[in-house]
Amino acid sequence: MAQPANRPVFAPWNDPNEKPLIQFKNVTKKFGEFTAIDDMTLNIYRKEFFALLGPSGCGKTTLMRMLAGFETPTKGTILLDGVDIAPIPPNKRATNMMFQSYALFPHLSVWENIAFGLKRSDMPKEKIPARVEEMLKLVRLEKFAKRKPHQISGGQRQRVALARSLAKAPKLLLLDEPLGALDKKLRQDTQFELMDIQEKTGTTFVIVTHDQEEAMTVASRVAVMDHGKMIQVDTPDRIYETPNSVYVADFIGDVNIVEGTATPKGDGKVAIAWAEGQPEISASIAEGVAPGTKVHFAIRPEKVAISSDRPEGKANVIEGTVHDIAYLGNISTYKVEVAGGRMIKAQVANDRRIARRDISWDDKVWLSFTDTAGVVLLN
Amino acid sequence: MNRKFTWFNATSLTLGFTFLYLPMIILVIFSFNESKLVTVWAGFSTKWYGELLQNDAFLNAAWVTLKVAVLSSTLATILGTLAAYVMVRAGRFRGRTLFSGMIYAPLVMPEVITGLAMLLLFIAIGLDRGVTTIVLAHTTFTMCYVSVVVSSRLVTFDQSLEEAALDLGCTPFDAFKSVTLPIIAPAVISGWLLAFTLSLDDLVIASFAAGPSSTTLPMKIFSSVRLGVSPEINALSTLMISIVTVGVITASLISKRSIAKQRADEQAAVRT
Repeated sequence: MAQPANRPVFAPWNDPNEKPLIQFKNVTKKFGEFTAIDDMTLNIYRKEFFALLGPSGCGKTTLMRMLAGFETPTKGTILLDGVDIAPIPPNKRATNMMFQSYALFPHLSVWENIAFGLKRSDMPKEKIPARVEEMLKLVRLEKFAKRKPHQISGGQRQRVALARSLAKAPKLLLLDEPLGALDKKLRQDTQFELMDIQEKTGTTFVIVTHDQEEAMTVASRVAVMDHGKMIQVDTPDRIYETPNSVYVADFIGDVNIVEGTATPKGDGKVAIAWAEGQPEISASIAEGVAPGTKVHFAIRPEKVAISSDRPEGKANVIEGTVHDIAYLGNISTYKVEVAGGRMIKAQVANDRRIARRDISWDDKVWLSFTDTAGVVLLN
Repeated sequence: MNRKFTWFNATSLTLGFTFLYLPMIILVIFSFNESKLVTVWAGFSTKWYGELLQNDAFLNAAWVTLKVAVLSSTLATILGTLAAYVMVRAGRFRGRTLFSGMIYAPLVMPEVITGLAMLLLFIAIGLDRGVTTIVLAHTTFTMCYVSVVVSSRLVTFDQSLEEAALDLGCTPFDAFKSVTLPIIAPAVISGWLLAFTLSLDDLVIASFAAGPSSTTLPMKIFSSVRLGVSPEINALSTLMISIVTVGVITASLISKRSIAKQRADEQAAVRT
């Protein structure tokens, strides 16, 4: 895609001259009979904020622990800055990790926790206090330097853990579910803080999370994993708008999936027959598809419009009955029953204080969307 | 729970504790007896404690006992802690159950057999019996107690703390020394106190391992009693009861309070 020349966009993964910081080359990790990582190849670039996203047990934590040095690959190689890291023990690696449990040393003060790694580095002794102060300032904890970990709040502990892992200025910072223990509001604030710190320090971050919203917020690229395999690696907007599979579409955000049979119409368009006696869904598709192929049509609820009267000039119009309404404050979700008992969700932003009262339970409604609103998925 | 006072509860409690402590109470009371006859009360006096201090044989035995207890409990603590650390940290390997079983087996082994086995070993390798052999024998039988105490603490220890230490540049030994050990210290100390107490009052194993010049206090008491119980022995026994009681209570207080506190801190530190 062409980008305006005056606004540089951070996308080293599109630059063939850029050397990746981390390279996974056909990495497989087995625990006994269980395959945690299955023949994975992946590049992560300098200054990226890279999110590993997936359900628990998908291998994302194993991937991270291999980077930290707590696990070794069964097969394949991992290169950090072009050097195979397999023979390097965790204490000699230029990576640092922020643990899910924070793993702060309970017998040491906040100051000593942050200085812990520095004392074991080649940094001259007299420079350590300045670096610790710098880190405390970065995470805004100057006043808490003397406290022990159990004397500060959860959010503060999380920041101490971050400061401790950043103190040695690692080439790569690994964050294992760093915000899991925080409540929602604090988590959102901290997400922005993390991005800010990542930008300020210019460190490459790899974050493991099962929270898709978190991954979408912080990451430059998101990797969706399942059963030890990368399903899709892309920028958050591309993951959301052009998922490559039903799995990704379903995992990220809310989605309507309609199964059907495709008939190519030329000009990048395809017609999908999805129910007896209903107009076919018209959609765009990038790749060619053979007539009669079974496909999944995925469309986000916010791209489906709902109205009591039949709208004009829309590529797709489907009739249905309102089955359920969920009022969420900023948006309302309508669950509409269409032909064959299928449910399609439509989302409407509540941009006025007086909510739409014209649509109610069991009303006849019209759902409509353009022919570019959804994606046609082959798998 | 029914916390009501009933005669049945009160009676069983009294019976049980009388059974347990009456002999010792009588011993303590008679250690303050004026009379030389052990079983006849003739008024309060602390003179037997004074005489005890004049008795070189007893003082000598006390000195040996103390030396043995300090040395053996220190050795047992080092070995027992290492054993516990390896057993808890090594994860699953072939024969793990066998090994952990073997660490705890001496707990239930008859002391006579342990003592005899040690004796045979010392004779076989030609080691002259004396303080050294008692220390070795006591280390052997007390280290499994230390190991039990320490491993019960290690099981609840969050392993990511050690990983964090490694991640921040510690060698495995440095991680153990600067992170693990300070955190499990209360358990290690209470293990040491337990080993110290066990070594202090052991008679059977010491009898097997001791040589002519190295009589421990329990051995001395036992041999003196065979010539007749003197009030001096009562006084000595009272002193030993006090030392052991203080040791055991301190050990259990440390393990209960301090470990609970540390664990709470640790949990507070790892979770919100």
